[in-house]
Amino acid sequence: MTPGDLLLFALQLPLVVLLAPALNGAIKAWKAFWQNRQGPGLLQPWWDIAKYLARESVVSEHASWVYRWAPAVYLGALLTAACLAPTLAIFSPLGRYGDAIAVVGLLALARFALALAALDTASNFGGMGTSRELMFAALVEPALLLGVFAVAAPLGTTNLEALAAGTPVDMAHVLAFGCLFIVAIAETGRIPVDNPDTHLELTMAHEGMILEYSGRPLGLLLLGGHVKQLVMLSLLAAFFLPWGSARDLTAPALALGLVAYVLKVTVLAAALGLTESLNAKLRVFKVPELLGTASVLGFLAVVAGVTGGAH
Amino acid sequence: MMVLHPPDEEAPLELDASIVLAPLGLYLLGALSGVVFPSLTRVPYGFALAGSLSAIAAGLWALANGPVRLDLPSVAPYAALNFRLDALSAYFLLIIGVLASAVSVYSFGYADARHYGGRAVGTAYCAFVGAMAGLVLADGVFSFLVFWELMSLASFVLVVHEHKEAEVRRAGFIYLAMTHAGAGFLVAGFMLLAGASGSLLFDGFRTAAGDLSPLLRDGAFLLFLVGFSAKAGVIPLHVWLPRAHPAAPSHVSALMSGVMIKTAIYGLIRVSTEFLAPMPAWWGWVILALGAVSAVLGVIYALMDHDLKRLLAYCSVENIGVILLGVGASMVLSANGARGAAVLALSAALFHTLNHALFKGLLFLGAGAVHRATGTRDMEKLGGLIHAMPWTAATFLVGSAAISAIPPFNGFASEWMTLQALLQVVAGGDGPPAIAAGAVATAALALTGGLAAFCFIKAFGVTFLGVARSAAAEHVREAPAAMTAAMAGLALACAVLGLFPTLAVQTTGAIAAAALAPTFLAATEVITAAPVSSYVPTGMLAAVAAFAVLALLVVRLIFGPVRERVSAPWVCGVLLEPRMQYSASALAKPVRIIFQGLLRPYRISERRHTHGAYFVTEVHYEGGLRPVYEAYLYRPVVSSLVRLASRVRRVQSGSLRLYLSYIFATLVVVLLLTR
Repeated sequence: MTPGDLLLFALQLPLVVLLAPALNGAIKAWKAFWQNRQGPGLLQPWWDIAKYLARESVVSEHASWVYRWAPAVYLGALLTAACLAPTLAIFSPLGRYGDAIAVVGLLALARFALALAALDTASNFGGMGTSRELMFAALVEPALLLGVFAVAAPLGTTNLEALAAGTPVDMAHVLAFGCLFIVAIAETGRIPVDNPDTHLELTMAHEGMILEYSGRPLGLLLLGGHVKQLVMLSLLAAFFLPWGSARDLTAPALALGLVAYVLKVTVLAAALGLTESLNAKLRVFKVPELLGTASVLGFLAVVAGVTGGAH
Repeated sequence: MMVLHPPDEEAPLELDASIVLAPLGLYLLGALSGVVFPSLTRVPYGFALAGSLSAIAAGLWALANGPVRLDLPSVAPYAALNFRLDALSAYFLLIIGVLASAVSVYSFGYADARHYGGRAVGTAYCAFVGAMAGLVLADGVFSFLVFWELMSLASFVLVVHEHKEAEVRRAGFIYLAMTHAGAGFLVAGFMLLAGASGSLLFDGFRTAAGDLSPLLRDGAFLLFLVGFSAKAGVIPLHVWLPRAHPAAPSHVSALMSGVMIKTAIYGLIRVSTEFLAPMPAWWGWVILALGAVSAVLGVIYALMDHDLKRLLAYCSVENIGVILLGVGASMVLSANGARGAAVLALSAALFHTLNHALFKGLLFLGAGAVHRATGTRDMEKLGGLIHAMPWTAATFLVGSAAISAIPPFNGFASEWMTLQALLQVVAGGDGPPAIAAGAVATAALALTGGLAAFCFIKAFGVTFLGVARSAAAEHVREAPAAMTAAMAGLALACAVLGLFPTLAVQTTGAIAAAALAPTFLAATEVITAAPVSSYVPTGMLAAVAAFAVLALLVVRLIFGPVRERVSAPWVCGVLLEPRMQYSASALAKPVRIIFQGLLRPYRISERRHTHGAYFVTEVHYEGGLRPVYEAYLYRPVVSSLVRLASRVRRVQSGSLRLYLSYIFATLVVVLLLTR
């Protein structure tokens, strides 16, 4: 790693760790506004995580080492993804070690660890959550890669810095944004795909997977979930709203990049929250239609992007 | 007029000859030892291990020192055994050697006198491995087909090992029928080439490659494609695979799925890049389409299956599809002139071939260990094995992660390369149809990856995690040391190739470059061309591990040491029963509902009552899938074949005199024709 990478690392890691829960608090406050009620404060997710981290954890008597290690792997994979994704600059501290497909792989690693842990407790809720989450995930995967390819194919590379340096002002990017926005809804487990606020077994997917967790491992998983949300929003910001991102490591560029980044992810988070407030949750077997729509948008975006780039 | 080529300047040295002959000779000795000393059940596996180690040595030697050839003196005209060990052969010989070494070690524990100890098993095992090694070394039509048939027959013997079960006999029959139908297409393809080139040796085909007419090349390509697809298990020619692989003993299943079906990939690459070049783009599109269909359907059927070994067999269909996506992409790219990307694509396919051999071999060995310990392959009866079988579980987990393309294991590395190749297909597509087709192939690969992860979370989770679902899985013991050692070795290989993919990619890149563009730059240069799409697995692993440890340490520093209490899981206030857990069918059910138009699930349930309709004494439930290809493809073909056969039967009166007159008439016609 170069000194520049280290500097960016020292900025980006604390930024994502601090910002991710606060952003989730912001979405909650925003949703409360739309529901005409007094919501929790912006920092409430932070206090929740701290509360869980301090508490004793109750572990199923059937659980093995898979269950005990899964939260650490989950969080580690997502923090790595967060350091791969461009945030305040168009490049990222780990950018030379992985590309957009590596980010997709890290998301898959996190999901793999969590799904196995959910089956490890022998509780039926874990199985139910796993079953639904993995169905969504399998259908999200084509949409996610098509959305990434729509941005990447005209450039001929999946290098994140190259993708973040593009000029997203054509039809292909509009379609790809639609595709990846639906992907972000699904990956963050929000309405209309999943409901982050419920523990009702008829509706839950992600919450079902982590239901058995308590105490410190739950705190780690919550933080990981917030980081995952921020990774998705960072990718959207990098691909579709590159304005203001730092293109070198000078103080003014980084300061502008920081302000622009926080602004961009806040706007995107507001869009997520608004979608959540204005829609009802879909029935589980209606979700594939939504994800299929995302894939079709991604497919059209790829064709539009490559044919548009050729002219 | 056909000519046998005399051996040319690459006349064999003593060392060279022994390098080719040592593995084959050791396998032959192993096969003989099984016949001569049937009571010494482990001796054939000892010879197989020695042969496989010498195959590895031969492969490494040939990769370092260039091609070797060996022509054995022929006993009859055209019946010469010709061998050539070049880079492509050496690579596949290495794959066979590595997997067969591990499997042979495993067999010391697995194939004891109680299980699979018959004399036929050891002999057929050695013949099977030896035939595969001979096949990739063959340098002429005769030697290729001899080893091809030997491979099919030896594996058939192993498949029908438990022939007392009707299902196994049926699996064996379907396998035999499909493999011979495929071999028929191969013979036809070779005859076309032999007719056009006037030679039965691969060297003759190579020199004649440029002069073939396009029509003949297309025809030969289609014949070879059908023949090799039948062996590789490409959908819709895969019907034998999910029947035959589970029926065989697990160490044989590992070899059949791990390497036997890859010999078809070897044949396809050898024939299409060397004998039929230059390849038009539409060949690539056909292969891409076959690959996409096989990958997606293969993994969906794998996910639906709850027999651990049949699940793995369907998943082999999927991985053959992934390999074909790479092969097809390389043909499309090289026809479009994007040779660097074509090299990358073929290199990805070759790398995935090695990776699949490692993790599929590992998973079948794990399934064998589970079957041996519990007596069942039905996942609905398993569960919680991780506590009693920690080694099997840990290695199976590595294999599951690798096959699900989870970083940092080897499956992700080759899938990453395949995706990069598909990106180049999309980016270089001339016209919307080509771009759209590339995008569909990408989506198919992505969907396959997602469903494969689901499939193996199910396979590992239901088998090894949670609580035992039946008494069979309750009191089990870990597999013997030889078995766990072999699985650990393969798991280690998956991790090492995942972390250091360049170990293999250097070789596959060089082979692909030599096959597609002899003067073109090496594949390593292609991958590092700017702007770089990079994936550095060691960096990824280091970051994930560092962040995980860092997070745990920081939390510990702030909030103190971990406090943990063990308790029963929460199941709404009642005591947990094993059957409360999600079953394998329940886990996979959402996917079954989504794809029900394709999968055609059916369900029959009958209730028996006493005292009117309110008291149910017994419920009979049966459910399953009706595969579409069997209803719409095989049934019409088979029934028309049967109808044809019943017509042909009219000439078969049973009268000896009539048959003699047939022979006489045929003789006269042949003499007239060849006058």
